[in-house]
Amino acid sequence: MRPGLRNPALFAVMALLLMAVGFGQSWVVSLSILNLCLISAIMALGLNMQWGYAGLLNVGVMGFAALGGLAGVLVSQSPVTDAWAAGGESLGFALAVLAGVVVAIVLARRLLRKGPLRTAATVLLVVGGFFLIRIFFDPAVDAIEDVDSARTGYLGGAGLPIILSWAVGGLLAAGAAWLIGKVALGLRADYFAIATLGIAEIVITVIKNEDWLSRGVKNVTGLDRPVPYEIDLQASPWFLDLVHWLGADPIAGASIFVKLCYAVLFALVLMAIVWLAERALNSPWGRMMRAIRDNEDAAAAMGKDVTRRHMQIFVLGAAVMGIAGAMLTTLDGQFTPGSYQPLRFTFLIWVMVIVGGSGNNWGAVLGGFLVWFLWVEAEPAAFWLMDAITAGLDEGHPLRSHLLDSAAYMRLIVMGLILLVVLRFSPRGIIPERRGR
Amino acid sequence: MSDVANALVLLTNFVIVPGVAYGSQLALGALGVTLVFGILRFANFSHGDVMAFGTMVVLLTTWWFQGMDVGIAPLPTALLALPFGIVAAAAFNLSADRLVFRFYRRRKSPPVILLIASIGVMFALQGIVRFIIGPDDRRLADGARFLIKASEFKEATGLKEGLAIKLSQGLTVAVTAIAVTALFWFLHRTRAGKAMRAYSDNEDLALLSGVNPDRVVFYAWLIAGTLAAVAGTMYGIDKSFKPFTYFQILLPIFAAAILGGIGNPLGAVAGGFIVALSETAVTYAYKKFLRYLVPESWEPSGLMQLLSTDYKLAISFLILVVVLLVRPTGIFRGRVLT
Amino acid sequence: MSFLAGAGMTGGYGGPDIIRGCTIEAEPGRVAVIVGPNGAGKSTAMKAIFGMVQLREGTVELDGEDITRLSPQERVRKGMGFVPQERNVFTTMTVQENLEMGAYIREAGAAADTMAQVFDLFPILKERRRQIAGELSGGQRQQVAIGRALMTEPRLLMLDEPTAGVSPVVMDDLFDRILEIRATGIAILMVEQNAAQALSIADRGYVLVTGENRYTDTGEALLSDPEVRRSFLGG
Repeated sequence: MRPGLRNPALFAVMALLLMAVGFGQSWVVSLSILNLCLISAIMALGLNMQWGYAGLLNVGVMGFAALGGLAGVLVSQSPVTDAWAAGGESLGFALAVLAGVVVAIVLARRLLRKGPLRTAATVLLVVGGFFLIRIFFDPAVDAIEDVDSARTGYLGGAGLPIILSWAVGGLLAAGAAWLIGKVALGLRADYFAIATLGIAEIVITVIKNEDWLSRGVKNVTGLDRPVPYEIDLQASPWFLDLVHWLGADPIAGASIFVKLCYAVLFALVLMAIVWLAERALNSPWGRMMRAIRDNEDAAAAMGKDVTRRHMQIFVLGAAVMGIAGAMLTTLDGQFTPGSYQPLRFTFLIWVMVIVGGSGNNWGAVLGGFLVWFLWVEAEPAAFWLMDAITAGLDEGHPLRSHLLDSAAYMRLIVMGLILLVVLRFSPRGIIPERRGR
Repeated sequence: MSDVANALVLLTNFVIVPGVAYGSQLALGALGVTLVFGILRFANFSHGDVMAFGTMVVLLTTWWFQGMDVGIAPLPTALLALPFGIVAAAAFNLSADRLVFRFYRRRKSPPVILLIASIGVMFALQGIVRFIIGPDDRRLADGARFLIKASEFKEATGLKEGLAIKLSQGLTVAVTAIAVTALFWFLHRTRAGKAMRAYSDNEDLALLSGVNPDRVVFYAWLIAGTLAAVAGTMYGIDKSFKPFTYFQILLPIFAAAILGGIGNPLGAVAGGFIVALSETAVTYAYKKFLRYLVPESWEPSGLMQLLSTDYKLAISFLILVVVLLVRPTGIFRGRVLT
Repeated sequence: MSFLAGAGMTGGYGGPDIIRGCTIEAEPGRVAVIVGPNGAGKSTAMKAIFGMVQLREGTVELDGEDITRLSPQERVRKGMGFVPQERNVFTTMTVQENLEMGAYIREAGAAADTMAQVFDLFPILKERRRQIAGELSGGQRQQVAIGRALMTEPRLLMLDEPTAGVSPVVMDDLFDRILEIRATGIAILMVEQNAAQALSIADRGYVLVTGENRYTDTGEALLSDPEVRRSFLGG
């Protein structure tokens, strides 16, 4: 096969797989997978920028995705005016004190010389500031969370269309990445990995526990939608005409139509990001980034500011992850902090990038599609396999029922094996990085 | 005077005793991570799940023993089953090395590649554990509950506050003391142990001295697996066995290992206790404690809790960040087995 | 045939050849020294003899046996002791443990006598045997490094710039010890930056330039050769 045809062929195979699900299982399932494939591909693109372009071992993808998700709530939910009235003022004071403390710390560190005095002053300001902030913060939180806690108990959002949250989520994640980068960039690769793993856990802990902000584990449901509701569609004459003309069932048709709307929106975002990422990768900036990745010392010796470049790419990659996180919350129509698990939101994205091809944007996209597809389809496949293996046993045989119950976990094993096999036998992935230009 | 005693007993009961037990578990886990780092030079992300795997085998064996009415009451049956878990975890580590890590080691791949490979192992192992035993929370402890009961303590001392020490907590500390002593004896007194320290200190010179790298790596995985099974089982007896918590515990374990200077066993033990005691101390509500010590009019209105217990993981991580910023080599000089 | 004979050695670290057709020999109870300007391939020549550099051409023989294809570890077993220039002690282990590691490949228990000999040669090490090697001074570390190599009871001792970074007093002291080691009948091969001092104790000297033998003679003869003096010994 001509090399130019290889990548289109791979994506054609992917499309065939999705169509096979459409014909074999149902089009609703197929489109649900497709939508998450698109979001996964965007997340993988973000990680590919950090790892593939720059060699940053970010094991905190989950944190950025969750911040994006949080943006969905903060942008689209209507503000809870009672909560603002109850606690807004003290919360404002707390924020003002926080800003004051941060300024004081920065000033103290500027004015004092490095030494025990500076360390003591910093510690004193941090500890003192902590208690000072809580004087205003604690009552504010109590007041806000007391406001109709069964329905709200939080400040709500800005009441804007949720599609804006995609941009806001990207900005939120980028801001967090900037702060994290200040602390963690420059650490050795393995320390950086552990640091980002920890920061992601902290982000989730905060989102889970700061109910005044995110409602925590009480979840926020019924979020705004950028696409029509199925119920409305089924009641609108033009849609019924369309379905009738196609000879389809209105209920299934509405579901498919909504999913198609999402798919179009997501595909547009994906294409825009791929286009930008490809331009960046092939620009002088991208070449320099890869030069730094391949030999950090030589790049530093040539006067490249390695940490600064790393910061740029870390922030950009995180922004892309944040966008994907906001899109996911939009698709789900709800924000459930308890659902953020590192395996699903960090390590699975890693499998996508490694399998697809680190350093190649199309590889990351294909990896996102393929790995998400396998992640979803491994479950029914494992169930079918276990059913076939134990077909000889009685219906109620304990081994049979155990194997059938546990089949879902086969997908973890499959993902681990895929990662290991690709890393070993095809370490550059399915669509390898283009080199030597 | 008795107020001070009451306050101290209160603190011991709610901060020090649980902190020391948890610290022992973290120390055992951090030793395994630090040992693999010292010899193989990569942060092993699968360690937490190897702990889960070993503990799962202990749990299955415990059920088997319980079914046969074999036990060592008042001690928990899990202790009798521990050797099975050790064999399983060590065997897993050795097979993982043979099937996955050895390839990259021989090619002298950069440590990040080994780290990513360990993520693959972690993924597969999480699946294996859940496939066999499921994701649920399970009890591992049986036998006696307490070494010292709060009521007995109150009676004996006449204090208002009671001090309770669970059997599992006492056992954890005892088993950790034995394991750590044995490990240090091995590293400092035996030929193989000295070879490991030499390899960790200066790989080239150790090779010149005729140290067999495969042997050293074998011991590292063997010991890491053993420590993982022991750590996991003690954690399971003290609290409970739930596969996901064994992944989460990886973070405080890494924090302990880095805090103590990664590659430094003594540091890993110290790091484990520092992380654990900070977690319990920062999330403890000091209201009652202060009530004993300050005049009534000063009595605090709030709980006097620095952070809610939900932020436990965050604390270990904050410690980690501060250490990485202030003293990246850890409080003890790291990167070698001493 | 010499006891150690590296003949026509050509090779490098995978890139261009660092040494070309280089010949180095050493005899029991004799000190051979390799000197030359920076980048002449002195250390590379020694590493080639020890098997740390892949040879494209040439052979290395020890006591009549061809060892060209053996790994460094196997050469240690054949009786070659090597003291690297840097990172040549286990800095976190005690002096005694360092010496024990030197004897690692030998039968357990056989090392006690050798250790006594090393302590005779370097009395300060006996005094400091419980101390961590990383806390010792530069000269003492070199003694530990040489002692560690001697623990294998080598027939050939190879030293890569043993006096790099030590004071002149310590350097004289180290050369005295090396002469003492020579007296036990061990063959010694040494790479040295301090060419004049090294040649003064050398039974045989090799001057390498750009990876090739330029002059080969007794140390005394090289020292008195005006050409060598002018080009390499600073007049």
